[in-house]
Amino acid sequence: MRFESVHKTPAVRTEQIILFRSSNQIFAISSASVQEVRSVDSLAGAAMEINEPGVPKVRHLLRRGERNVYVVSSAAHFGLRPSPAALIFLLRKTRVALLIDGIEKMTTMTRLQALSGAFCHEERVWYRGLTVLDQNVIPVVNPQGFLTEQELLQLDAAAGALIEAEAANAQEMRITS
Amino acid sequence: MSWTEQYDARSCVLLRLGDRRFALAADQVSELVAPSRMFRFAHRTPEIDGVILRRGRVVPVCDVAEKLIGKRLTSRRFYLISTRCPGTTSDWIALPVSGDCELIQADLTPAGPSDSPHVAAWLSHDGEVIEVLNLSALTPGIEPQDCANGNAALPQAQA
Repeated sequence: MRFESVHKTPAVRTEQIILFRSSNQIFAISSASVQEVRSVDSLAGAAMEINEPGVPKVRHLLRRGERNVYVVSSAAHFGLRPSPAALIFLLRKTRVALLIDGIEKMTTMTRLQALSGAFCHEERVWYRGLTVLDQNVIPVVNPQGFLTEQELLQLDAAAGALIEAEAANAQEMRITS
Repeated sequence: MSWTEQYDARSCVLLRLGDRRFALAADQVSELVAPSRMFRFAHRTPEIDGVILRRGRVVPVCDVAEKLIGKRLTSRRFYLISTRCPGTTSDWIALPVSGDCELIQADLTPAGPSDSPHVAAWLSHDGEVIEVLNLSALTPGIEPQDCANGNAALPQAQA
């Protein structure tokens, strides 16, 4: 008679992440939360400038159907030195596009440590936690942490005025031509 | 009754910051380690210098010397790995110290209402009156009762 082993090694849960660079610092983001990766150049004509003084980390917006997607500078968001951004992550389930300097690599993490209780400011919203890769500590960003509800409301108000002004401008041009 | 209300002998770890000595309750101390590579990442908690890796855990480094002796430590001889929540590992913090540490038994006198919040008690050792530190008041962070929930919000990826 054979007994089945009752001691099964639990499968290690893993998560695919993208390591990206912003102002010479490395961050990780779950690849599941990135919908598209585009070059900054490819969006040059599609982005509208927006200037909402309360949210200086957002300088551009993209129209995606009826939705406004706000382009957040990762360097400004994390309080880092401004750096030339080359890529944009369009994030899933948010209205955020993230400006980054570049992608380091895609990899897998097997463990995510909660941020220590000693960290008690905005970083608790910025990060899901920390992971250790090749003996380096990498913060794993929270895709929902780039813009607060309040900031989105402010940006929506500014964008609404901007889009109305642009529509009026376009109509005026049609009449004059 | 909290330990600060007791007058009996208790184990404490003496630590040195510059020219002064302070003490921590021994049950708040995990280990004394040599300085290792510090990792820095963007955050907004100014008291935290960075993090070190210890036994697979990420431990924030908090220099308390500025608050206690008025200047930051120029030489860090060791890190005293401590916890604000005795008995837990979820809230470890590494305190840079400038000299050897010593485990002693001492009678504690509770702090009075006029003492600074960072003073949990007093002890007398080698003719010196030494502050026993209250880490919760000295280091930044969420309230100690929340420490046990430190890993509660972990997402799916976990070893």
